[in-house]
Amino acid sequence: MKRLLTFIGLFVLILLANRFLPEVIDSYYIHLLTLSCINIILAVSLNLINGTTGQFSLGHAGFMAVGGYTSATLTYYLGPKLVLALDFLPAVLAKNFVFLLALLGGGLSAALLGLLVGIPSLRLRGDYLAIVTLGMGEIVRVLILNVEAIGGARGFSGIPAYTNLFWLISLTALTIAAVTSLTNSSHGRAFLSVREDEIAAEAMGINTTYYKVTAFVIGAFFAGVAGCLFGHYLQLLHPNSFTFIKSFEIIIMIIVGGLGSIFGSVIAAVILTLLPEALRYLGPVKDWRMVIYSLALIVLMLTRPQGLFGTWQPDFRRWWPFKKLKPVS
Amino acid sequence: MQEFLQQLVNGVSWGSIYALIALGYTMVYGVLQLINFAHGDVFMLGAFFGYYFSRWTKIAQEPTLLGFFATLFFAMAACALVGIIIERAAYKPLRARPRLTVLITAIGVSLLLENGGQLVFGADPKFFPSLIPESRLYESASLVVSNLPVIILTVSIALMLLLRFIVMKTTIGKAMRAVAFNREAASLMGINTNNVISFTFLLGSALAGAGGILVALTYPKIDPLMGLLPGLKAFVAAVLGGIGNIPGAVLGAMILGVSETMVAGYISSTLRDAIAFALLVVILLVKPTGLLGSRVGEKV
Repeated sequence: MKRLLTFIGLFVLILLANRFLPEVIDSYYIHLLTLSCINIILAVSLNLINGTTGQFSLGHAGFMAVGGYTSATLTYYLGPKLVLALDFLPAVLAKNFVFLLALLGGGLSAALLGLLVGIPSLRLRGDYLAIVTLGMGEIVRVLILNVEAIGGARGFSGIPAYTNLFWLISLTALTIAAVTSLTNSSHGRAFLSVREDEIAAEAMGINTTYYKVTAFVIGAFFAGVAGCLFGHYLQLLHPNSFTFIKSFEIIIMIIVGGLGSIFGSVIAAVILTLLPEALRYLGPVKDWRMVIYSLALIVLMLTRPQGLFGTWQPDFRRWWPFKKLKPVS
Repeated sequence: MQEFLQQLVNGVSWGSIYALIALGYTMVYGVLQLINFAHGDVFMLGAFFGYYFSRWTKIAQEPTLLGFFATLFFAMAACALVGIIIERAAYKPLRARPRLTVLITAIGVSLLLENGGQLVFGADPKFFPSLIPESRLYESASLVVSNLPVIILTVSIALMLLLRFIVMKTTIGKAMRAVAFNREAASLMGINTNNVISFTFLLGSALAGAGGILVALTYPKIDPLMGLLPGLKAFVAAVLGGIGNIPGAVLGAMILGVSETMVAGYISSTLRDAIAFALLVVILLVKPTGLLGSRVGEKV
């Protein structure tokens, strides 16, 4: 009962934030908040694959693109019809119901791709997996370039602006909660064992391929959701947004935060979203910002290769007031 | 038939350029087990070194074959130096660390060269001077062979033969092969592994520099991001042939170059960039170690 009340309270709080935040805060900061939330979802979901399970994937931008384009296709071509069919509902509800379907469609299509790529290629190890996922991302991008119905090389414009703070905040929270509780479950222990020593895990009776594919599919699902939020925020999707450079950006976030630390991923995603923006204000330094960015990455790797937070996680359950859980050492 | 021959000529000349870059990837991987993501950017630097050198020496105004070779040599030397600096500054301190750390550092170096390049050279494309006076070697109704692809092919084959000679016949080549086989054992046998690794970077980067000049002669528009895609594709070529395997890199590059030009010529030029990765995925699924790669037993 207490738990239910908390959820309702949080729900109302997010709804209030959605309603009033845009009025009190400058739209530029709302923009930064939006980008931060999308990057947090991307970083946390990639951390499940690369950090927790230890499978180096370079194709997150590809999953994001599939999710974004699928959901945009849904809302662009089917959305208006669905809204019409739902006209007995209040307009706000109908619109958000359509968006929920688009989110699910985007996430599931990305997850399906994750399954298709994951099953054959996760038998590969290390560098080879990195290369295959990188190739997968590029293939997705080139295929999108060749489909005229979704804009091809011109980009997909005219996507309805469905993304709002409510969806952003709740989906970010949902992603963090899902990945955290998954990592802390017995499945999570299996993920970790695959990361630490695949052969030993196999010998202990853990179906490593199954766990790798699972991590891959779940990671891809949330990447697809992030792509959906991205597309319905910008109202424009362009194949050039989803090159492997985008995948690198997300990887840099989880590396800086510390592979395996979800908390670190969140912090790093926010810092690395804001840092290029902050460097804009430094006057003459502004041309140097990407140089500073890459230098910082190299220096970080040379001096603190485990990232800012390593695998450290604050134990939030200590402050969870409802049910005392035994902290895992 | 004539058109097919024309495509084949283009494909083989692209393939030979990919081969030059792929050789650098494959040697570094063979010796260090590191995917040197910055390699494609060294290739870009090669083109820019050549551009500024040819302007400084006025070779650009009066193209001669000798001037072309001087530019080629300068670019190769400068890239070799850059390669050694990158290795010493960024990779060497991380040698005992997990491979992932080094891989990410390589991505960082690549980003640094691209963004630094945009800052120093400017983001706008520059036009590379035609260093070779062009002439037609063969001409018929539909097939034209100018001297450019022939020179490119000759130069790349000569460089590859030179590399083969160095790796197979010289003492340092023998040391390279020993380090690739087992670094620790090699160092116990009195081989200075640090020097050998630096030398590997020197060779690979020099070849990438040569590739930069040759590409810039064919596609004279050069910009700081030009190394990204060819670099990635050359890497794909190296994996295709079996990474760490020198003949494999050449084979993979030729397959890639020819299939790309064929797809671009007969199907659609936008699919050109996808074919490399599609080939890669298929090969890795069928034969995960590449065409000429051998399966390495897993160490427990």
